[in-house]
Amino acid sequence: MTVAGATARPVAPAASTPAAPRDRGARRRRRRQRGKEAAWAAFFLAPTALGLGVFYLWPVLQTFYYSFTTWGPFGGHTFSGLANYRALAHDPDLRSAFVNTLWYCLLGLAGIPVALVLAAVLARPGRRGVGVYRALLFLPVVTMPVAVAIVWRWLYAGDYGLINTLLAKVGIHGPYWISDQSTALIAVALVGLWSSVGYTMVILMAGLESIPRQYYEAAQIDGAGPVRQFFALTLPLLSPSLFFVTVLSVIGTLQTFDLVYVLIGQTNPALPQTRSVVYLFYQDAFVNNNRGYAAAIAFVLLLVTVALTGFQFRLQKRWVHYA
Amino acid sequence: MGIRTVGTRTAVAASAVLALATSTAACSSNASSSSSGSAGGGKVSLSYGVWDATQVPAMQKIIAAFEAQNPTITVTIQQTPWADYWTKLQAAASGGSAPDVFWMNGPNFQLYAANNVLRPLTDTDPHPDTSVYPPALAKLYQYKNVQYGLPKDFDTVGLWYNKALFDAAGVAYPTASWTWADFQAAAKKLTDPAKGVYGVGANLEGQENYYDTIYQAGGSVISADGKKSGYADPATVAGLKFWTDLVAAKESPSLKQMTDTAPLNLFESGKLAMYWGGSWDAKEFSGNDATKNGVDVAPLPAGVKKATIIHGLANVVFAHTSHPAQAEKFAAFLGSQQAAQIEADTGTVIPAYNGTQQSWVKAYPQYHLQSFLDQLPDAVPYPISKNTAAWNTLETTELTKAWDGSEPIDKAAGDLATAMNAALAKEGS
Repeated sequence: MTVAGATARPVAPAASTPAAPRDRGARRRRRRQRGKEAAWAAFFLAPTALGLGVFYLWPVLQTFYYSFTTWGPFGGHTFSGLANYRALAHDPDLRSAFVNTLWYCLLGLAGIPVALVLAAVLARPGRRGVGVYRALLFLPVVTMPVAVAIVWRWLYAGDYGLINTLLAKVGIHGPYWISDQSTALIAVALVGLWSSVGYTMVILMAGLESIPRQYYEAAQIDGAGPVRQFFALTLPLLSPSLFFVTVLSVIGTLQTFDLVYVLIGQTNPALPQTRSVVYLFYQDAFVNNNRGYAAAIAFVLLLVTVALTGFQFRLQKRWVHYA
Repeated sequence: MGIRTVGTRTAVAASAVLALATSTAACSSNASSSSSGSAGGGKVSLSYGVWDATQVPAMQKIIAAFEAQNPTITVTIQQTPWADYWTKLQAAASGGSAPDVFWMNGPNFQLYAANNVLRPLTDTDPHPDTSVYPPALAKLYQYKNVQYGLPKDFDTVGLWYNKALFDAAGVAYPTASWTWADFQAAAKKLTDPAKGVYGVGANLEGQENYYDTIYQAGGSVISADGKKSGYADPATVAGLKFWTDLVAAKESPSLKQMTDTAPLNLFESGKLAMYWGGSWDAKEFSGNDATKNGVDVAPLPAGVKKATIIHGLANVVFAHTSHPAQAEKFAAFLGSQQAAQIEADTGTVIPAYNGTQQSWVKAYPQYHLQSFLDQLPDAVPYPISKNTAAWNTLETTELTKAWDGSEPIDKAAGDLATAMNAALAKEGS
């Protein structure tokens, strides 16, 4: 997309300039030149455009079409109009799945301030061992989600888990974290937060380091204290990075699946309280052989994701400053 | 930071959004079909789809015996791990490239039979004799009175118990004459909260727990024609109440506890005095030092009547195989006494062919495995319908509410019956 913009711009003025009638040769040359450039642009764009088309756009269109069909278990589908969407509107499972997913989303956003504090602490000039801490905090990001979930399952275990063993030492009787309906969602969200905070932190650290030091020196001379510096300098200058991690965090948490799948699982009594939209999609598509309905769920989620992301881009004008 | 230009940012967000919508479509495209058998030089090659890697050596021996008798046919095994077996098979069957002969289980059988994926075995020559298998098992692989699969092996459920815990509590070991009352009294006596020991694990599990008691109480999970749920029947509710009472009396760990630590593990670590488990557990228990000689097994206690759920695999023929005659011949051989004997000698499963089961019993002399075979006359086929998975999900969701005490069992069972009937209505005829 950016490539297209870059190549199109220098060509555009040439096209709009009216060529002198006598200068036919130059015009033809220019036109040939333009055709050549366009061909090259197409050539360079082709791999990406084809990939996007075949692997993203076409499946999206197919999914959209399938959401209006009813599937047989061995392929073969019949058009059923809006039946899937009508059923969705009355599906209490979908409603609760959306509520749960929005909770994951909100709790995921709570990770950004945490990451910001960590980034601010680590980015302070002269701090030693930054590399070690950064690597440690980033480690969960590069660890397989399934492995993360299995280890946390052990930590959360009610009778033999490490967390409850430690709590018992201070006289607290911990709950069955991931099978108790009142704690399971928070337990899942916490693991999600733990495993994504490193990524957010690294991006914010890069953002912090790109703020010129002179600004702070100037602010100091003007008599601004650390708090004032943070709100008047750091926050606005960091806002593009914050915006970026917010958008990604929302999209990422809307797609919560693997943690619920491994940490909670099919037979957990707390599944209705933790089931995300994507998990519901999985259940319908691959457990209940209800692919058309699942396609409709996926499409509704896509619309919600697009709406929330669009909303964020609208809001961006209010608080994001590009230096 | 590098990601500053609006273009890139939008692209990142957009592609993340798009990636989500791709998932259904990606899974829907049919597997590219490739003919599995080729008749080169008069020789026909068949493929045989299985999932259990531990049984592959036994299957290879059976194939060798078959090939010796049929020099013009060669068979190759296609082993797919359990986790992917059904997803892959469903895709392959849709694309017409499923193995010529493959393993089938109860919950999936009707789905495949009803959608014409399986070849009926009624016109096979010679006509297969199904009287050599336990009747409940042969019936499991009939759809609309047509036999589609020949039973390969089977399992029933028994009452496993920890001998040391029984001795300590001064309770006599379970016997074949035990009734529910005997069982309940023992569970009560064996429970010792101080030591964290429970009488039994009331797992929210169909085959090993509540399906058995439902039929013992005279109820049913599904009507004989597979069209109506049996959960509204008071007898069925009595079979479920058997378990919820144990949980409520704290003679079983709570559902939360059993979600954290599987009852099998609790039993193996001496926290459960009794465990309703399958014949397949013999292999597990004999390989664990704590249970190797510390546990034994008895038939299930009787309610209104005796009952145990029987389930077993079958070998089926793919409807669109390019070599139907040869595939049927191989399937018939897999169901023969000779094949069953080879299976029995390996000791991993109970072969379905009557009379070959003793070798399995002898493989673990420390347990009374005969208990599993003695229950055969009372065995009830594993309840299934055309889309079993759909209401299996409902069972878990609805019964959870009764197991954790948030709803009385008759309400949960009633809700389940309504939801299950709706799911069954969607199956069509």
